[in-house]
Amino acid sequence: MEYGLDLEYSFNEFLKGFGLSSEIAHIIWLPLPMLLVLVAAVVGVLVTVWLERKISAAAQQRIGPEYAGALGVLQPIADGLKLLVKEDIIPAKADGILFTAGPILVLVPVILSWLIVPFGQNLLISNVGIGIFLWIALSSIQPIGLLMSGYASNNKYSLLGGLRAAAQSISYEIPLALSVLAVVLMTNSLSTIDIVNQQSGAGILSWNIWRQPVGFIVFWICALAECERLPFDLPEAEEELVAGYQTEYAGMKFALFYLGSYINLILSALLVSILYLGGWGFPIPVEIIAKFLNLPINAPFIQVFTASIGIVMTVLKAYLLVFIAILLRWTTPRVRIDQLLDLGWKFLLPISLANLLITAGLKLAFPQFFGG
Amino acid sequence: MSIAITTQIICFSVLSLVILIGALGVVLLESIVYSAFLLGGVFMSVAGLYLLLNASFVAAAQVLVYVGAVNVLIIFAIMLVNKKEDLKPISDIKSRRIISTSICLTLLSLLIRVDLTNVWSLSNPQNSIGEESTIRIGEHLFSDYLLPFEVASVLLLMAMIGAIVLARRDVMSKDISTGLPVDQELIEKSSEPLLTNKN
Repeated sequence: MEYGLDLEYSFNEFLKGFGLSSEIAHIIWLPLPMLLVLVAAVVGVLVTVWLERKISAAAQQRIGPEYAGALGVLQPIADGLKLLVKEDIIPAKADGILFTAGPILVLVPVILSWLIVPFGQNLLISNVGIGIFLWIALSSIQPIGLLMSGYASNNKYSLLGGLRAAAQSISYEIPLALSVLAVVLMTNSLSTIDIVNQQSGAGILSWNIWRQPVGFIVFWICALAECERLPFDLPEAEEELVAGYQTEYAGMKFALFYLGSYINLILSALLVSILYLGGWGFPIPVEIIAKFLNLPINAPFIQVFTASIGIVMTVLKAYLLVFIAILLRWTTPRVRIDQLLDLGWKFLLPISLANLLITAGLKLAFPQFFGG
Repeated sequence: MSIAITTQIICFSVLSLVILIGALGVVLLESIVYSAFLLGGVFMSVAGLYLLLNASFVAAAQVLVYVGAVNVLIIFAIMLVNKKEDLKPISDIKSRRIISTSICLTLLSLLIRVDLTNVWSLSNPQNSIGEESTIRIGEHLFSDYLLPFEVASVLLLMAMIGAIVLARRDVMSKDISTGLPVDQELIEKSSEPLLTNKN
């Protein structure tokens, strides 16, 4: 399976053609994929915000944004610019340092997690060995930022929102990690690349969703809870807490929270598609198509084609899930805090534990289907 | 000196500085909230040191366990009971300080002794396992370190049961600290809604 474009290698060879040493070529290469992923994340947020506005309008039989660009596609940019030029206010009785550090601590781990999101065999920033575990570890930093901003705002609604966010995030991390563990058990590896390759045998039939239906549902519920999306948006429940931990924030600091929550949503959708929906895989394996068209799999044209198909498929699957998340947000009521914790600890945790045990048993019984 | 080594040295010195200053801040700062947040920063920098040593699994586990669980719970507890009250002066503060200082100095001398006697340089640096460490840690946890691993989980279970006993005194008829019968009226919620006796 070691084929596909290796852009880093080609880029380094290209720079060496100008007489640069391989180390300098590597240093010039390093920021490029990072910048690309950052831009991709921000553009993804703009698209998601537009989708959210349009779909919510459709759900409520409104038109939604219409005048900023065709169908209002420029509305998110207008929103962003507005937040950029707004005055940056720190409340007089607030704790200035923690108030500023909070939003940063919320955003940075989310962006760092994009390190492991693959769009193709070699199309990711770093194929670290711990892969998906890195994401679980990084997402556990976020509640500290939320608690920090909730505390520093010197506002009781903020503090309550921060505490709720931390409690929610701790409780849903455990079933989330357990359902990831079941997938890892089947793959024998933590690397996201291996997880996708393990599902690429027979196209849509070999996706993990058929082998891990319970894990898929548990993961999706927990991912929504970690993103604080309705029906789990208790930390910022408007009717109870004004806006939770964001209450005192304005301007760019508020924009950081906003960006963070939407990037987290896209990241969760991407990870669901990687873990359960075959990642960059086309429903029919590309090898079969290439064989059908009598083309060699290593031809440059086919390689560019498969790489673009991979990116399109990853983004398509992710946005399908984002669509479902938006639809859920505008059609379901919010759960109460005790219902939320009951669901997490008394329902999802035992179910994901049982799922892990059954997966381990099935792996021993049918090693050819559940990864030997 | 190659670029990789320079980067490594810069990262190492920044991380060690953050750890030292952060740890001093945790101990010396007056505000307990700042101490708790700084502790999180120290844990993160230690994870960074692990990363520099090519132990990425240990680094991620450090972040998950210490930052994501321990530190969040510490901050959580501080914020739930953060009362602005002056602490009562302790009568025998001097003798307590002497005892704690001597214990800390003993621990420090023990650490220095370990540092001086242990042979730190690897006999064969090429033999480092790097990314394979995840598998090796798993093998050890399920073979020769199985008993300590399980005993640690029993310890955690004991701590958890203790916390439940302390938090839910209403299930017991006697207060565990004083031995007096517990007044349960305050703890149990009234069964009828509050608004019914208003009209």
